[in-house]
Amino acid sequence: MTARASVLYDVPGPRARARYRAFGVLGAAGIAALLWYVYAQLAEHGQFSAQMWAPFEYTAVQQLILNGVRDTLTAFGLAALLSLVLGALLAAGRLSDHRPVRWAASAVVEFFRAMPLLIMIFALYQAVFSSQPLWALVLGLGLYNGSVQAEIIRSGVNAVPRGQSEAAYALGLRKTQVMATVLVPQAVRAMLPAMIGQLVVTLKDTSLGFVITYTELLYAGKLIAGNTSTPQGYPYIPVVLVIAPIYIALCLALTALARWIESRGRRGANRRTPAPA
Amino acid sequence: MLFEDGNFGLFRDGFLRTVELSAASAVLALLLGTLLAAFRVSPVPVLRSFATVWVGVFRNTPLTLLFFAVTFGLPRVDVHLSAFVGAVLALGCYTASFVCEVVRSGINTVPVGQAEAARSLGMTFGQTLVQIVLPQAGRAVLGPMSSIFIALPRNSAIAGAFNVAELYSVQQTLSERGYAIFVLFFWVALAYLCISAAVGLAFRRLEHRPAVAR
Repeated sequence: MTARASVLYDVPGPRARARYRAFGVLGAAGIAALLWYVYAQLAEHGQFSAQMWAPFEYTAVQQLILNGVRDTLTAFGLAALLSLVLGALLAAGRLSDHRPVRWAASAVVEFFRAMPLLIMIFALYQAVFSSQPLWALVLGLGLYNGSVQAEIIRSGVNAVPRGQSEAAYALGLRKTQVMATVLVPQAVRAMLPAMIGQLVVTLKDTSLGFVITYTELLYAGKLIAGNTSTPQGYPYIPVVLVIAPIYIALCLALTALARWIESRGRRGANRRTPAPA
Repeated sequence: MLFEDGNFGLFRDGFLRTVELSAASAVLALLLGTLLAAFRVSPVPVLRSFATVWVGVFRNTPLTLLFFAVTFGLPRVDVHLSAFVGAVLALGCYTASFVCEVVRSGINTVPVGQAEAARSLGMTFGQTLVQIVLPQAGRAVLGPMSSIFIALPRNSAIAGAFNVAELYSVQQTLSERGYAIFVLFFWVALAYLCISAAVGLAFRRLEHRPAVAR
């Protein structure tokens, strides 16, 4: 076991290596003990018994989980679309030359960014969409994430070197043309990782649909657990152990996409380094 | 609406509960997050991978699922926490993973010379980190940290759906009593705006505190 050198510590000598090894063994033992304790507790309360996991063998239950994933992805897709469109509109509003438009857009962005998503979704559900929780969820997610996306896009446009827009104006382009053909394409490339990061947040927040009885993955999980009775009680823990990896895998897939796009973007940007503005 | 039938008392209790919950989980998240960040840059591989796995799991799990696990899962293994303590745990562990990432990126902004000078004085990893690097990183992370802790009270609303009597559950209760939802929404929104504004202001004060000349 050779410790990697870093700014924070020297390449270890023999004594430091022994010390690191001791810490490593202690840490590993501690983590192993913790995992063992968790496992023992779960096993002792019969969480690994066959009856607990039996529901997952029924095709109806598997179908329920698949439908949950489908509904989660539906809500995510619609909300992502809405948030990106809204984000572009609000960003355009905040970058507008007209003061009233700028103020209105800023007010909308600041308000929806400061509002707890759950409060908004619940209010929408109660007031307008009592029979269609999907649209309450999508609208709430779209409004909140749209205003966050607007801030990301705006900061991206502002981060494009000034010379770019000056050169475009000097060529006689109008403001709309400067935006659409010069600034936004560069801004989007720089901001894609942050935008996809926000999409991951959107995906995670679809689980708020649980609260307003939208049949997404977590709600499906609660249905499964609540409708199965075993001698050891309801199988909530097996359900969590099945559902959490699905969410984590979905989010990691989106993150991997962001990283791939980022590496592509860097490859392109390196072709010509921009002059400092 | 707010000043009828003792609604104000209910509302005030909910507000205080939200503040309490946010404060308790902020403290937990800050301590745990800093510890995890120290693990992530430590020379011991086991601790590094532990912190990496922790961050990977908690950053990619929906907070609602964590609350679900704490509320319905823990009682199945005879761990009976009060709803409030459970909410603090879920919210704290979730936020800690974000704090860890911010602190780690803050550590990277400290000039290399600082750590090198500390090492050349013979300081160990722990001394370098605690006495030299972290205090300087603290200044750099104030900005990103403020957005985490402005988001925290907003996230705490989810606890209301899992039996903690805070502002969201006040909204639920009063809405069941038949009050118009938009009036309720207005007051609850105002309360949350106050909390975020207060947190934002506190962080701005911290940032503007006369920095030590470097």
